[in-house]
Amino acid sequence: MTVIYALYGIAALLLLAPVVALLGGLPRISDILYGSVLVVAAALCAFGLNGLLLPAQSSTVVLPLGLPWLGAHFHVDALSSFFIVVVNLGGVTASLFALGYGRHESEPRRVLPFYPAYLAGMNLVLLANDAFSFLVSWEFMSLTSWALVIAHHREPGTLRAGYVYLLMAGFGTLALLLAFGLLAGPAGHYDFDSMHNAHLTVGLAALVLVLALIGTGSKAGLVPLHVWLPLAHPAAPSHVSGLMSGVMTKVAIYGFIRIVFDLLGTPDWWWSLPILGLGGITATLGVLYALMQNDLKRVLAYSTIENIGIIFAALGLALAFKAEDMPTAAALAFTAGLFHVFNHSLFKSLLFFGAGAVLTTTNTRDIEQLGGLIHRMPQTALAFLIGCAAISALPPFNGFVSEWLVFQAILQSPQVASWGLKLIVPAVGALLALSAALAATCFVRAFGISFLGRARTAAASNAEEVDVSSLAAMYVLAALCLMAGTIPGLFIDTLAPISHALVGSMMPHQTGLEWLTIVPIAESRSSYNGLLVFVFVTLSGSIGAFAIHRLASDRLRRGPAWDCGYPDASPATQYTASGFAQPIRRVFGASIFQARETSVMPGPGSIAPATLAVSLRDPIWDSIFTPVASFVSFIADRLNILQFLTIRRYLSLVMAALVLLLLMLAIWP
Amino acid sequence: MSSLSFDIAHLLAGGLVLVSFLELYQDRLLALINIFATHAVVLALSVAWQADIQHAPHLYITALIALLFKAIAIPVALRRIVVKLSIHREIETVVGVGFTMLFGIGLVALSMVVMLRVTPGADPLAREDLAFSLSVVLLGLLMMVTRRNAVSQVIGFMSLENGLVLAATGAKGMPLVVEISIAFSVLIAFIVIGIFLFRIRERFDTVDMQALDRFRGERR
Amino acid sequence: MALIHDFALQGVQMLLALVLSPLLTGFVRKVKARLLRRQGASVLQPYRDLLRLLRKDVVLAQNASWLFRVIPYIVFAATWVAASLVPTFRSGLMFSWSADLIAIIALLGSARFFLALAGLDIGTGFGGIGSSREMMIASLAEPAMMMIMFTLALIAGSTQLSTMASFMNSSAVGLRVSLGLCLIALIIIAIAENARIPVDNPATHLELTMVHEAMVLEYSGRHLALIEFSAALKLLLYISLIACLFIPWGIAPADASPQPLLVGIATYVAKLTVLGALLAIFETVIAKMRVFRVPEFLGAALMLALLATLLRFVSRTF
Repeated sequence: MTVIYALYGIAALLLLAPVVALLGGLPRISDILYGSVLVVAAALCAFGLNGLLLPAQSSTVVLPLGLPWLGAHFHVDALSSFFIVVVNLGGVTASLFALGYGRHESEPRRVLPFYPAYLAGMNLVLLANDAFSFLVSWEFMSLTSWALVIAHHREPGTLRAGYVYLLMAGFGTLALLLAFGLLAGPAGHYDFDSMHNAHLTVGLAALVLVLALIGTGSKAGLVPLHVWLPLAHPAAPSHVSGLMSGVMTKVAIYGFIRIVFDLLGTPDWWWSLPILGLGGITATLGVLYALMQNDLKRVLAYSTIENIGIIFAALGLALAFKAEDMPTAAALAFTAGLFHVFNHSLFKSLLFFGAGAVLTTTNTRDIEQLGGLIHRMPQTALAFLIGCAAISALPPFNGFVSEWLVFQAILQSPQVASWGLKLIVPAVGALLALSAALAATCFVRAFGISFLGRARTAAASNAEEVDVSSLAAMYVLAALCLMAGTIPGLFIDTLAPISHALVGSMMPHQTGLEWLTIVPIAESRSSYNGLLVFVFVTLSGSIGAFAIHRLASDRLRRGPAWDCGYPDASPATQYTASGFAQPIRRVFGASIFQARETSVMPGPGSIAPATLAVSLRDPIWDSIFTPVASFVSFIADRLNILQFLTIRRYLSLVMAALVLLLLMLAIWP
Repeated sequence: MSSLSFDIAHLLAGGLVLVSFLELYQDRLLALINIFATHAVVLALSVAWQADIQHAPHLYITALIALLFKAIAIPVALRRIVVKLSIHREIETVVGVGFTMLFGIGLVALSMVVMLRVTPGADPLAREDLAFSLSVVLLGLLMMVTRRNAVSQVIGFMSLENGLVLAATGAKGMPLVVEISIAFSVLIAFIVIGIFLFRIRERFDTVDMQALDRFRGERR
Repeated sequence: MALIHDFALQGVQMLLALVLSPLLTGFVRKVKARLLRRQGASVLQPYRDLLRLLRKDVVLAQNASWLFRVIPYIVFAATWVAASLVPTFRSGLMFSWSADLIAIIALLGSARFFLALAGLDIGTGFGGIGSSREMMIASLAEPAMMMIMFTLALIAGSTQLSTMASFMNSSAVGLRVSLGLCLIALIIIAIAENARIPVDNPATHLELTMVHEAMVLEYSGRHLALIEFSAALKLLLYISLIACLFIPWGIAPADASPQPLLVGIATYVAKLTVLGALLAIFETVIAKMRVFRVPEFLGAALMLALLATLLRFVSRTF
């Protein structure tokens, strides 16, 4: 199927935007919009699946748009098909969720027109086959998502989030622009097909790598370029947050893979060092940040950063193996990374939808204000729990499978020859293991404090279950999480053509193996069967339950909580989110976040409450962004005089610039 | 050389590194002295094993010196000092245990890489032994850097010296003279530092090295 | 026929884990009591406790959710499945390939995840303190376990426990520095994961010092029985893991006839006895740590395991 069908779909999405903007006042317009977006996204998803399952489906279209001598090139291959599936699966579920959720929207006219445009922008990035259309679509995606971020501009903090986001997005695009400029070379071949043939020198290739890492990393949320992400993602409406966290970060990863694996040519082994290092640090720091947050959506945003770190670490491994000429290992690492891309898009959207459901009914994102929601919202609680288990890499869900594959890839790496890799890979392995364990802690805290226990506020005790379509969206995702966790072989095989195209090899065929086991290298090395584990655990649990209820006792009495004899009726006596994180804060926070606890104990006889204040500092913000910001404002102060010049002086500045450029052209060899 | 004797030599040398890590982990003085004694015992075993596989009987003397001297005499003496100064309850580290150990692992990695890279042609046993002894030396140094207490600094110094002995015995044909001279230099250092301990104690009523800095006008 | 045979052996393993685990707990308790010159309860006492608890009514807190009632079964099932995948008397059991060591550790992680949620469900202070500390311990112990496993997998060239056990049983393994480091780290982790002294005290009800017991404070009746049973299974699992990786002698190979199988069972029981006695001795001679010393203790295990992995990465001979 040619790429033109996808472009029709995108055009339909783009057309929806102005129509909705014009008809914004109609009743039930949000239902109509989300319904039609759902249909278009489903069609695009089918298009992507088709491209992925039927091999040799790459096709190119050149439209007479954009730069006159270049045109707009669009192309679809296995890699873009996969990401089209990821993006539009997110689009389908987000639209389904929004069918219900969107009715609670306070300012629909600020959200509705941008939503289809945003989805169209992401799709366009995936199809673009020249630097110009790639960057234009990239910027279009950034701007539409920015508009969605500041949709609720009256809420405190939103405008600042939007400002930081816009700044970082512009910075990232600039880096990508330069990267493409270098790739295009002096002759200016801006379409990707000619870039393939550009053979860059070692220095230039390294520069492109760094620029690509900055450009795509800033969109994906790689530390230290992540600062905008935890501000912007939570600020948007929840279905958009799900799309931004679950899907848009993946578009950034697509950009990275496209530039580094596809366009840049044969890698050197040291390319992987910064990617591996940053990946490991991002994973650990991201989850540590997440553990310190009390805002449910911000916890999720920081956990996105963690998962991006895992994906980048896997891609770094793949690059290292590719450079060291170990194609099977490279295919394993690459497939692991892509599988995690898919998995993360599933459970992160699910979790953001759950957070959105909680937000709609309680009007708060602060988990210290929640509690006991499992009694009021049992359906949401179950879906959210599945999401939490999946993201904490617990078998039999999907998060475990992709992390398992990453670990298997790490175990391949002692065979690499270079010393730098031998030292950094075990360190990255330790960081990933640490972040996996901390993620479990983080989501025990997020789920336990908000959904379990007793309601801490009236808002939490009056919560209600959300509507059917929101629940349907969550359960579709939860079912996919379980499916990808129990029959992962199917998904791994689907990814094979991509790894074949980009790292030159693919993992062994999985679906033919008995009992649907997955075997990354050889059965004697390692194998995992999610289905059997799931069946075993379910069976032994239910047999145990059945036997005990039949043979021993099935009687149940309700009584007050025991609590060592001191139950207290006040919900304030429960463990808080900050209290739950305290041991971790003591172990890791003191050095990384300079966490300081100050407690004020009123003297005897005083009835003032004792207080405990925790101060945390963001090391990245303090060490990088504050100095940069003060430097920029210093420069800006100096340049301020330029605002007050006469017209003659402005003209002389213009002329000086012109003459300077001409001079440069004259002396250029 | 059979692979088993090779493995045992490795294991003993690796054991020395492990005990060095235990020294870094332990922040109570009396336990630290016990661990140092273990360090010396492992060293003695390692040297004796080398004597056996290299058929170099003079190395047995080195092993014996290590056993009697470092594993018994010095720990006993140090223990008496600590008890006498009643500083056995003091716990003092400059940086946290976790970070020290992390840094120590970095040092071990560094010495592995350096040693294995610069000696590609050498006998594998000797080169990996050398890598281990370099790590022991560096860990001893790290111990001296991260502790404030004079006694732990002395222990750090002596475990550093153990690393040197390990290196010397790993290289074939090292004459005994050097061994004895190293052992004696440690003895002298021990005596000197021991006396210093008493002097410091008399003067300033503490064995905290920072007290000295204060009197030299450094830092504050 | 062969299928039935394999299936039966897998069943024997599952039953063996189920039958032996309370006995092991009782044995450790008995040895500890004897070391303290107490008579101690019979080694069969854990069975009696379990049966008694199973027959009692469950007293559930008023605000307990459905999750609270389901969790004991999840925890029990996950732990039991994990325990039956560790080779004990015979390697290469029928389903041993369905989960490798990473998956076994992750299954235990699932059990802990849900148990920690149960601690938060009633909304009491003790439950919270228990889960919070348990997760802190886990978030240090799990990476250490992962690094141990990396090293072992690199030595054995597999993460499949059966393959690992038979490799460790062969002469190819030799004495290795990284193995020694791993053993020490694994013992520390096993102590921490099983809530034994010095990290936690399985016998205490001094509220502020307990971790695991605080988390399960609200459970009663059959729920409590299942949780106690899972704790016993977990202890058995870790001891079997140490036994199958570091003292693998006597494990029958995959194609063994009945006689080696009996030898395998006998040596397995002997190993459990020895290691259980060692655990009891260790617990008797050491004092419990303050909670905030535990991160250092586990951090040391993490560092040792990391060192072992690093050595393994740098040179093939370590």
